[in-house]
Amino acid sequence: MLNYIGHRLLQLIPLLIAISIIIFVIIQLPPGNYLTTYIQQLELSGTAVNQSEVLNLQHQYGLDQPVYVQYFIWMKNILFHWDFGNSFQWQEPVTKVIGDRIGLTMLIAIFSLIFTWVIAIPIGIYSAVRQYSIFDYIFTFIGYIGLAVPNFLIALVIVFYVFDHTGLAISGLFAPEYVGQPWSWGKIVSMLERIWVPVVIVGTAGTAGLIRTTRAMLLDELGKQYVITARAKGVAEKKLLFKYPIRLAINPLVSTIGWTLPALISGSAIVEIVLNLPTTGPVLLNALMNQDMYLAGSFLLILSVLTVIGTLISDILLAWIDPRIRFGGMEE
Amino acid sequence: MISDEQTILEVKDLKIHFKLHEGLLKAVDGVDLSLRKKETLGIVGESGSGKSVTTQSILRIIPQTAHLEGEIILRSEETGKNINLATLPMNGKEIRKIRGGEISMIFQEPMKAFSPVHTIGNQMMETVLLHRTKDKNEAKEIVLQSLREVGMSNPEQRFDEYPHQLSGGMRQRAMIAMALASNPAILIADEPTTALDVTLQAQVLELMNNLKEKTGTSIIFITHDLGVIAEMSDNVAVMYLGQVMEYTDVDTLFHGAKHPYTLALLKSMPSVGAAENKRLEAIEGNVPTPINLPKGCRFFSRCKLAQDGVCNVQDIPLVKIEDGHYVRCVLVDEKNRGGR
Repeated sequence: MLNYIGHRLLQLIPLLIAISIIIFVIIQLPPGNYLTTYIQQLELSGTAVNQSEVLNLQHQYGLDQPVYVQYFIWMKNILFHWDFGNSFQWQEPVTKVIGDRIGLTMLIAIFSLIFTWVIAIPIGIYSAVRQYSIFDYIFTFIGYIGLAVPNFLIALVIVFYVFDHTGLAISGLFAPEYVGQPWSWGKIVSMLERIWVPVVIVGTAGTAGLIRTTRAMLLDELGKQYVITARAKGVAEKKLLFKYPIRLAINPLVSTIGWTLPALISGSAIVEIVLNLPTTGPVLLNALMNQDMYLAGSFLLILSVLTVIGTLISDILLAWIDPRIRFGGMEE
Repeated sequence: MISDEQTILEVKDLKIHFKLHEGLLKAVDGVDLSLRKKETLGIVGESGSGKSVTTQSILRIIPQTAHLEGEIILRSEETGKNINLATLPMNGKEIRKIRGGEISMIFQEPMKAFSPVHTIGNQMMETVLLHRTKDKNEAKEIVLQSLREVGMSNPEQRFDEYPHQLSGGMRQRAMIAMALASNPAILIADEPTTALDVTLQAQVLELMNNLKEKTGTSIIFITHDLGVIAEMSDNVAVMYLGQVMEYTDVDTLFHGAKHPYTLALLKSMPSVGAAENKRLEAIEGNVPTPINLPKGCRFFSRCKLAQDGVCNVQDIPLVKIEDGHYVRCVLVDEKNRGGR
């Protein structure tokens, strides 16, 4: 097992290097850079920019260096100083711009993941075991609605409904008096009061999908020979269900954690904008639109690393629960 | 079929029907079987003949949607009473005590029949803990002993291994060990050698015969391979489309079979002594789906001797020809009556 984990960790190194290069190339791809956008804006507002000033700015931001030199400087600073560069737009270090936001985003993401699993898996199991029962149909119906309705629409509806009934604006993660304040007990309580809204909204679509997946996976497993074997041994139905088919139906779900993590973080951008949450989605969108390359690049890098870590976690979990993976290939 | 005090299991007029959109599927339609102590009953037939459903219904592990009629009487050795398995509540306590306890089962593909994510030991312990003892150490001893009896090398190591780590033959041995670990009175083997190569087949069959000698377990052996029947069985039931076509002892089957279907099966079997360049006689066509079957003989559509107006008029009964030899065919019936 340790051997397996070590192996997987070593494999990550070249992967991460490749990802960082690709990201850097991608953020360099669009014509122009932050400066051209910036100068354009200045010119549009009527300010003339002379050539020496442009050169000056280019030098200041290191944009006069060749691309690969820029890449190495960026990487060096990240690895040795935990410095992701400066955001042109915010005129602040990237870490400062997104530090808090990443934390909050992760919090919402993890809560959503837990919410999704806790709701979806039991319902999926019920739907599979009592296939074509009345509740199976009801859950299926609700599930399809959840799948079909866009998240941001649910967000708008909830925000409107709550406001209409209580007069409370539940957008944002904190009550107005805590915004911009340092962390305190009150701020945490205020956050916990409001965090369920994005968690439920972000989780809904995932829940609907996961119910369908769980149901399908379990239906597949229920008809398998080993279930009949266990029944033929005289094992009680409920015990049998949890020991064999459910255990095996969970496997493919575990392997999806890897891509759920970044999807939860990037996929909820519109919801976050609608709800005005201080999370990463809106910032990423903005950075991409303004060619704020270090901010955008760092974002993409962090998202990629999260994907890789997510995949690693799900691989390790899979190896832990499924001996075929644990022993497969590694023994040779 | 005769039943005496040696009879341990008796199936009477068993019917298993499935309601489908297309109509009523009669998977098993009036099957009678009887199994005596220490006897091996072979059930032979093509795919779709209902042989697996019949035996699975004995353990009541057929789908809940199935409609089951008839009697399945087990003469319990533990209690000495007759239990009608057909009327026990599905998945209830009584039937679960019999499953894997007094009657246990071996399946066709050991790779699929074992859970891939639990060790062999874990899965075998489950049976033993349910039916033999509550003590874990004792249970482990029983499991290891059982693995030893089926000729498993290194049982202590195998105990902690997963099914995919064993070879095909070893897996089937483990399956047999698991079935026998609970000391069953009856062992149902559903094509246990079909998924194995020929050398392993021979080994597994020999193993089963040896274990039967040793433990005195009665065996119901399902196969489509007449060669295996010859090796294993005392009595044989030939099944076709959910009915027993012929029931006899194994010698009569190979040397005095009467039913056209049995004869056709025998002709379709390759033999070493046969003349070269002689084509095997296959039975034309496939087993039809048993939905909305016409009246008359089930084999009518494929039988070479079929006579319109004779064979397809009414359902054919299973008739006793000699002691222990039963045939379901009008033509054989008439011939015999005419001859006497």
